[in-house]
Amino acid sequence: MARIKLEGLKKTYAGGVQAVKGIDLEVADGEFVVLVGPSGCGKSTLLRMVAGLETISEGRLEIGDRVVNDLEPAERDIAMVFQNYALYPHMTVFDNLAYGLKNRGFKRDEIERRVQEAARMLEIEEFLPRKPRKLSGGQRQRVAMGRALVREPAAFLFDEPLSNLDAKLRVQMRVEIKQLQRRLKTTSLYVTHDQLEAMTLGDRLVVLNGGRIEQVGTPMEIYARPASIFVATFIGSPAMNLIPLDYLRERGNGLLDDLPEGTDIVGIRPDDLHMQAPSGPHLVVESKLELFEAAGAESHLYVRLAGSEQPTVIRTAGQPPVSEGETLRFHVRREALHPFNHESNKRMGG
Amino acid sequence: MVENRPLGNLVAHLILILGVALVLFPVYVAIVASTQGPGEFLRGTLPLVPGSHALENYRAMWEAGLSRAGAPPAGQMLWNSLVMALAITFGKLSISLLSAFAIVYFRFPFRLFFFWIIFITLMLPVEVRIIPTFRVVADLGMLNSFAGLSIPLIASATATFLFRQFFMTIPEELLEAARVDGAGPLKFFKDILLPLSITNIAALFVIMFIYGWNQYLWPLLITTDPDYYTIVMGLQRMTTAADGDPQWHLVMAAVVMAALPPVLVILFMQRLFVKGLTETEK
Repeated sequence: MARIKLEGLKKTYAGGVQAVKGIDLEVADGEFVVLVGPSGCGKSTLLRMVAGLETISEGRLEIGDRVVNDLEPAERDIAMVFQNYALYPHMTVFDNLAYGLKNRGFKRDEIERRVQEAARMLEIEEFLPRKPRKLSGGQRQRVAMGRALVREPAAFLFDEPLSNLDAKLRVQMRVEIKQLQRRLKTTSLYVTHDQLEAMTLGDRLVVLNGGRIEQVGTPMEIYARPASIFVATFIGSPAMNLIPLDYLRERGNGLLDDLPEGTDIVGIRPDDLHMQAPSGPHLVVESKLELFEAAGAESHLYVRLAGSEQPTVIRTAGQPPVSEGETLRFHVRREALHPFNHESNKRMGG
Repeated sequence: MVENRPLGNLVAHLILILGVALVLFPVYVAIVASTQGPGEFLRGTLPLVPGSHALENYRAMWEAGLSRAGAPPAGQMLWNSLVMALAITFGKLSISLLSAFAIVYFRFPFRLFFFWIIFITLMLPVEVRIIPTFRVVADLGMLNSFAGLSIPLIASATATFLFRQFFMTIPEELLEAARVDGAGPLKFFKDILLPLSITNIAALFVIMFIYGWNQYLWPLLITTDPDYYTIVMGLQRMTTAADGDPQWHLVMAAVVMAALPPVLVILFMQRLFVKGLTETEK
């Protein structure tokens, strides 16, 4: 159990490429923080710096009450789950789990007890005598988790642990990881590029882009008030629509006058465009339906706004009776507008 | 591919059988010849059916050797060959494993330079550098010793290169997982790298053993004391008997004995050997 504190963490590679450009972050004891961002944003590098697998070029890293900048991974009291599991192929599952404990000089019966306990928790007891080769992807994933669990470390580090699983297993393991973390209350840092995984798992999200933090906050804070255009389009699926303010102003009948100074782009979530007129003040936009995508419980409407070629996505529940080529009217409440400035990329008005 | 052409099949099989015969016939001749009595060869024709002197020929070679031709007992020479071949094999394996480990997993100055230096020695097999090597060994007083027989042959670029290639296919996360699990470099080497390389080691063991066993020129050059003769060079001594004809029936018995250990090694390690050459276990 420990907090993790990152102060001005930077990573510059030998070639001069800067992958991480100064990260300040504090992960509270027992908290589950997800680092999310597109590939190349430095999230994995950052996690590996916390793990001790990458050297820290600049800055300070604390785990618990110790500065661990110069400690070996094994001395940092962390456990890591790798994307490709990195199980030792020649060892049985039991030995895979026990290896870290053996190296730390645990007694045989203590190792036995911890491995059995972790195996029971992850329901992999029957696989203990087997080699990883004989296991399915989901089972290997559990073993990889088990290897982290038995150590009872101060913090778990997850490096995209679910991305090698198929969609169904991914959802299942996601839930299990969440439940496990809730139960153990071990501080966790989790890297993913999947915004849905990030939203559902994290107590807090850290959205990274280009080696910098774009926004830190709870999933709902980030969803409700994205701090930049990048975050707005990265979090949420389908992505948020960005519509020039000028286009809307013509149709806004004064409703848009109180938008913060500097706003020139307005973001609207696909769920905030409604076919029925809501009560209260709202805007109306006309559009032509180009493509209708039924996804079961919900549908996606791909439209172009009338009088502009602006492509826009709408998500509605169920299957509305519409046909492609039809002209549709959508209603947007004033509160659903996210004001941005396209030059600074930032949200306007705080 | 499904083909059914009887004539093609027939021709193909004939060629294959011919090929097998070409390889096996000399072996058969050697085995048959080693069972003949002393007089058989003087008649000028090679006997093609086994004779009745097998036991006495082999016993004579094993215990006494051909002292007249300056060859010690075959048992002694086989032992010398075994010691030399095993020393070379284990020496090569341990050195190349360690150097490949260093080259793949450690970042030190001139790493690539050293790798190329090792690689370049591929161009300099024993035969090419034999005279200077002889000089060095002689100056170090290692003539007529097992050290002299084996040490100069131990450095191996081939094995280093093969292990390097193999190590590079091992996912880096394995090393990282081991680091997180508290394994230092040597522990990682012992607990993870070695067990994963076992099939490669077996394959190279067979190759290196045969390489060491078949050494001819080098032992011929540096041993003058019959106590250190190896079987392969001993054969040559036997055939060049100074006075009179070589005693072929005895020489052939020695030939068969000399050929046996490599065959045995391959038979015993065949499963691992084939596995090591054809698949990488992940």
